[in-house]
Amino acid sequence: MAPRLDVRKTYKLFVNGEFVRSESGRAYRPVAGVNVPRASRKDLRDAVRAARTAFDGWAGRTAMNRGQVLYRAAEMLDGRRQQFIQELGGGKPAGREVDAAVEALVWYAGWTDKLAQVAGTVNPVAGPYFNFTIPEPTGVVGVVATETPALAGLVRGIAPALAGGNVVVALASESKPLPALTLAEVLATSDFPPGVVNVLTGQRKELLPWLAAHMDVNAIDAAGCTAEELAAVQEAAAGNVKRVVAHRNGELSPSAVTDLMEMKTVWHPIGT
Amino acid sequence: MAITKRSSTALAAHRFEYEPAPEAIDHVSIAPRYGLFIGGKFVEPRSGKWFPTINPATEEPLSEVAEALKADVDRAVVAAASAQESWGRLKPSRRARYIFRISRLLQERSRELAVVESLDGGKPIKESRDVDVPLAAAHFFYYAGWADKLEWAFPNRRPRPVGVCGQIIPWNFPLLMLAWKIAPALAAGNAVVLKPAETTPLTALLFAEICQQADLPPGVVNIITGAGKTGSLLVTHPDVKKVAFTGSTEVGKLIQKAVAGTGKHLSLELGGKAANIVFDDAPLDQAVEGIINGIFFNQGHVCCAGSRLLVQESVAELLLAKLRDRVDTLRVGDPLDKNTDVGAINSRAQLEKIQGLVESGLEEGADIYQPPCELPAKGFWFPPTIFTNVSQSHRIAREEIFGPVLSVLTFRTPAEAVEKANNTPYGLSAGVWTEKGSRILWMTERLRAGVVWANTYNRFDPTSPFGGYKESGFGREGGLHGLLPYLGLN
Repeated sequence: MAPRLDVRKTYKLFVNGEFVRSESGRAYRPVAGVNVPRASRKDLRDAVRAARTAFDGWAGRTAMNRGQVLYRAAEMLDGRRQQFIQELGGGKPAGREVDAAVEALVWYAGWTDKLAQVAGTVNPVAGPYFNFTIPEPTGVVGVVATETPALAGLVRGIAPALAGGNVVVALASESKPLPALTLAEVLATSDFPPGVVNVLTGQRKELLPWLAAHMDVNAIDAAGCTAEELAAVQEAAAGNVKRVVAHRNGELSPSAVTDLMEMKTVWHPIGT
Repeated sequence: MAITKRSSTALAAHRFEYEPAPEAIDHVSIAPRYGLFIGGKFVEPRSGKWFPTINPATEEPLSEVAEALKADVDRAVVAAASAQESWGRLKPSRRARYIFRISRLLQERSRELAVVESLDGGKPIKESRDVDVPLAAAHFFYYAGWADKLEWAFPNRRPRPVGVCGQIIPWNFPLLMLAWKIAPALAAGNAVVLKPAETTPLTALLFAEICQQADLPPGVVNIITGAGKTGSLLVTHPDVKKVAFTGSTEVGKLIQKAVAGTGKHLSLELGGKAANIVFDDAPLDQAVEGIINGIFFNQGHVCCAGSRLLVQESVAELLLAKLRDRVDTLRVGDPLDKNTDVGAINSRAQLEKIQGLVESGLEEGADIYQPPCELPAKGFWFPPTIFTNVSQSHRIAREEIFGPVLSVLTFRTPAEAVEKANNTPYGLSAGVWTEKGSRILWMTERLRAGVVWANTYNRFDPTSPFGGYKESGFGREGGLHGLLPYLGLN
């Protein structure tokens, strides 16, 4: 009997809910034998446009609904545990990384409908007004994933951004892009509306400057940037006063969500 | 409706005469010259340079202040850095007591501060007396109470001071902006170096005297005067760990660039182009008062000013008639007259900026309305101005004028109002006028702005966070959220 012949996967970018080749037609081979799309500046622009279009819809979902969708992503990821372990190189560390990614999705899924209660306030102003402050999503967030852990680092970036109602354009680990593109398949089957989360692979130096300078991106999670990259991102971010966050060392924290949110304060007069 | 219109027109036709009601200034003494306040003392600048600060209502010099340059900025930061450790480690309840003292001293010296604020900045005495100074004192009182309660503000976290803060404030609310900056910074355990605007340094220097009166440990608060160069030196000083800036978006972007890659904390409170939205069911007379307060308060030198009036088409004509009638009654003139509504423009440079943008409005085809009013011969003045027939692409609808100039646009549906209101790179504030409660909530949910006033405008309170979305900056001042820019949370 002839040996089984694999049906191999063509790795593609994830933009606007679709798996697409890079418009540039280019690829690179960070893993032997696998062609990974090398996204261009135009792919980035398409992703930002898709994200912006999706923003009102996702931000307008109820907090409970966003939590359910994020939890479903955790379910989908957990169901593909073995595939991710294999893509991450196998062994116990890979298993721990997948578990950490699942945990991040579950944890942030649970924050969606608690944030306003923890991070919001009712403000006792000295006058006849009912005044309160609530967190709202900032808009389009660029997530720069860590090189390693390639999967858990990406999930710890996108999960809090999405939990807060933002939409995401993520740059995957350049050296280990495969788990990110497979994660896109998880996201694609988790009921995120098209464009809410977009995943690009390619060379950091080709994409990062344009992401940092894009006038329709509101914030950047620069967790995966080197010190030099971070400085350049912060400088370019000034063009439209982007919020740049770059800390956390992988710990889960509600600050990861609120750092990508705006506090809105509303004054209502009290009267008859 | 016709009846309302006639009666308000008739009222406006009757011009009230007002006798001058000057605020007494004999209880105020302004020194001919102020040094820099560093390490608890007023010192001569090592730069050897001084510059005058003038009264914008008369163009007469009030005093002379030092220009801090490199050696002076360095000296101030060193003083703050050496005070930082002991202030940060001081028992929090003791920190609170110093800040409470400051608040009380501001109240005790309130009239003096109000008079100096109006002399130096041109704002009407009724505003400095009733808004700026009381709010500044309230701000210190509010944050004083936080100093020993930080662990309760952020449960499960370990709040710690961020370190020496370099703070730069604008000229529109000099003492109040100082309070917004210094009160939370001190409560969080930081030492500060603050630079007031070059046209309005005097109340900050009086505040320095108040720090002395309060026996605040030397170096915890340092006040350095100067212009953009001084600010730049402060922002880029390596021992400044946190930069807080309130001012234009243009300068804010320069500062964001300047601190890129340094690891400094940054908060920015920048410009705005707020929409004040009036629906056809709004109580129109009340809305008119809100529109007037929104754009003519403090000569329109307000980052959150309601500078774009969006009015529903069906009531536009009626509302504008009422608005013109009301504008006719505004009294423009001597800031120290207790009846004055609109005072002097803060500086010649700002007056020229306003004039330039108003000219662009005329060139681009908008219609102008200015009430008949006599402006004093000396000083910097601009009459209240309303532009109608404004389109969204006009510069007067896009750029922050920072003066008493209102641009009026119309809309038909709530969705169109939201679309137009959000069509700006800014996102500091907005106003909504309607009797329908559910519509207020629908609108406030969709407006991309940090502060939204429903059926009111330009209200401020120390417990209420203030700050913008998008290019209006990041970070909040006021309230519990106002502590965050000044704390590290482990």
